[in-house]
Amino acid sequence: MDNVLMSYVNAFIVGGVICAAGQILIDKTKLTSARILVLFVTAGAILTALGVYQKIVDIGGAGATIPLTGFGYTLVKGAFSDVDKYGILGAFTGGIKATAAGIAAAIFFGYLTSVAFRPKAKR
Amino acid sequence: MRKTMTDKEYQNYVEKKSPNSNIVRNVIRAFIVGGLICIVGQFITNALRMRGYDQEKVAGVTSLLMILMGALFTGLNLYDDLGRFAGAGSIVPITGFANSIVSPAMEFKSEGYVMGVGGRMFVIAGPVLVYGISASIVAGIVYFLLR
Amino acid sequence: MSTKRLGNQTVKLQNPPNIVSSAAIVGPKEGKGPLRLFFDNILEDEMWGEKSWEKAESKLIRETFALILKKANKSAGQIDYVISGDLLNQCIAANFGLRESEVPFFGVYGACSTMAESMSIGSMLVDGGFAEHVVCITSSHFCSAEKQFRFPLELGTQRPPTAQWTVTGSGGVLLSAKGNGPYITHITTGKIVDKGIKDANNMGAAMAPAAVDTIVTHFRDTGFSPDRYDLIVTGDLGAVGKEICAELVQEQGYNISSVYNDCGLMIYDRERQDTHAGGSGCGCSATVFASFIIKKLMEGSLKNVLFVATGALMSPTSTQQGESIPSIAHAVSISTVLQ
Repeated sequence: MDNVLMSYVNAFIVGGVICAAGQILIDKTKLTSARILVLFVTAGAILTALGVYQKIVDIGGAGATIPLTGFGYTLVKGAFSDVDKYGILGAFTGGIKATAAGIAAAIFFGYLTSVAFRPKAKR
Repeated sequence: MRKTMTDKEYQNYVEKKSPNSNIVRNVIRAFIVGGLICIVGQFITNALRMRGYDQEKVAGVTSLLMILMGALFTGLNLYDDLGRFAGAGSIVPITGFANSIVSPAMEFKSEGYVMGVGGRMFVIAGPVLVYGISASIVAGIVYFLLR
Repeated sequence: MSTKRLGNQTVKLQNPPNIVSSAAIVGPKEGKGPLRLFFDNILEDEMWGEKSWEKAESKLIRETFALILKKANKSAGQIDYVISGDLLNQCIAANFGLRESEVPFFGVYGACSTMAESMSIGSMLVDGGFAEHVVCITSSHFCSAEKQFRFPLELGTQRPPTAQWTVTGSGGVLLSAKGNGPYITHITTGKIVDKGIKDANNMGAAMAPAAVDTIVTHFRDTGFSPDRYDLIVTGDLGAVGKEICAELVQEQGYNISSVYNDCGLMIYDRERQDTHAGGSGCGCSATVFASFIIKKLMEGSLKNVLFVATGALMSPTSTQQGESIPSIAHAVSISTVLQ
């Protein structure tokens, strides 16, 4: 049971720190949210390739995989494991394969919700 | 009468005159909200693990459910209020990725279902896929060569 | 040689046109602001029964135009020109809002300076004897402007403290060759000024130098001093831009602080309504002028007003290409009595 509790504490702290880093970037550099997202996914990919991000995931669990850096992590991890299986072709198939559920869900649920709901003015 | 400022002088002057964002407050909010969203993700992960799902399935279902929630909260007009409060705390998690897909699609529904919803869906999220997937391919090729 | 010109950028109208009618319709948020009692109509929701924000904005112009005529007891056939513009690409709010009006139409684009720009041109048409009645009208809509210039409404982003809030509303006036005032006596037309500010979330700072340039030029061209006016009001500089404007005008030797205000600060209660630096958009200066300022002029509590609407002349494309924000300010001087 202690393990479960610790997994929440670690997820909260690691996820919180990654988001806090994003906030500092936004406030200090005036980057738009689109650029922040690109930066984080790319940073996650690079850190994973360098072997750093796996360590963060081992500690933080969902705290490291839920932020967009985790998306970069999953992409690169998938690419590496497919390279092991299929050689150079794996570099092209692995990333999308590993993230297929997320991307397909984003397209499908994204479409459904935007058809179902209307935007509302901010007050 | 003083002579008018140069562009550079004016820009420095504006820098001084403009109030800065309350960074400490914003960072604390981002930390808490971002951390809480990750706890939700951890909860799903733990629940799936207890059912004996393997690692790959756990990761897939977790991101699927988180994206569903992000999309739904966007549709219910709640995610923008959360974003106004939390900033990066709700932009950086994968729910924010879903928000960046649903919000333009909803907005441009008035321009039709093909070019409006379909075409605009990825105006913000598209670059994320472009750079994320490209980075993973480059990493994979480098890994292949160094292996 | 023109006989009506003063100095470099100002004209003195020899047959000063009268502002005989005005109307302002605003959205719900503006309707909860400090000027709520002065507006003709306050919408309950931003869509106003239409299918898109853009259609709703067109309806704002159409209904405001109708209201201006109704209040003056005029028919569309009696109007010689309508001069209008808005923020949307190709000015579609004005084009579609006025397409059934059957009045000769000049479309203008001055971003948020459009109200003063259209009044400037309209006044010259009346003064020159080319028109008897001219309607000058403009609009902006928070949702359509966000969609075009910033982000989708439902995107969870934070606004920096220097950001401004686009006013949902339409305001306009009817200028007439005959009447008992208030009179438009002088017009100072602004130049495009660009001090290299690139932050589209700090438009007040980008526009302030244009306002300073036009206000100072107005004083130099006419020889007036600030104490001639009981209100000098800029369009939508907001909190940051207003402070900069007052300071820089002071540096040029004119102290306007005691009579100076800004429409972007008048239309919202910034603290309570969370609008950061204040209001913006064509509709900001238009609705404040066509409601509060006109009413104060008509009842006589204001006698001389310098109305300086300011506009940021960038587009999303120019911002993405890293361009700075060129800005403009047009000044219209209004008096209740003719000297």
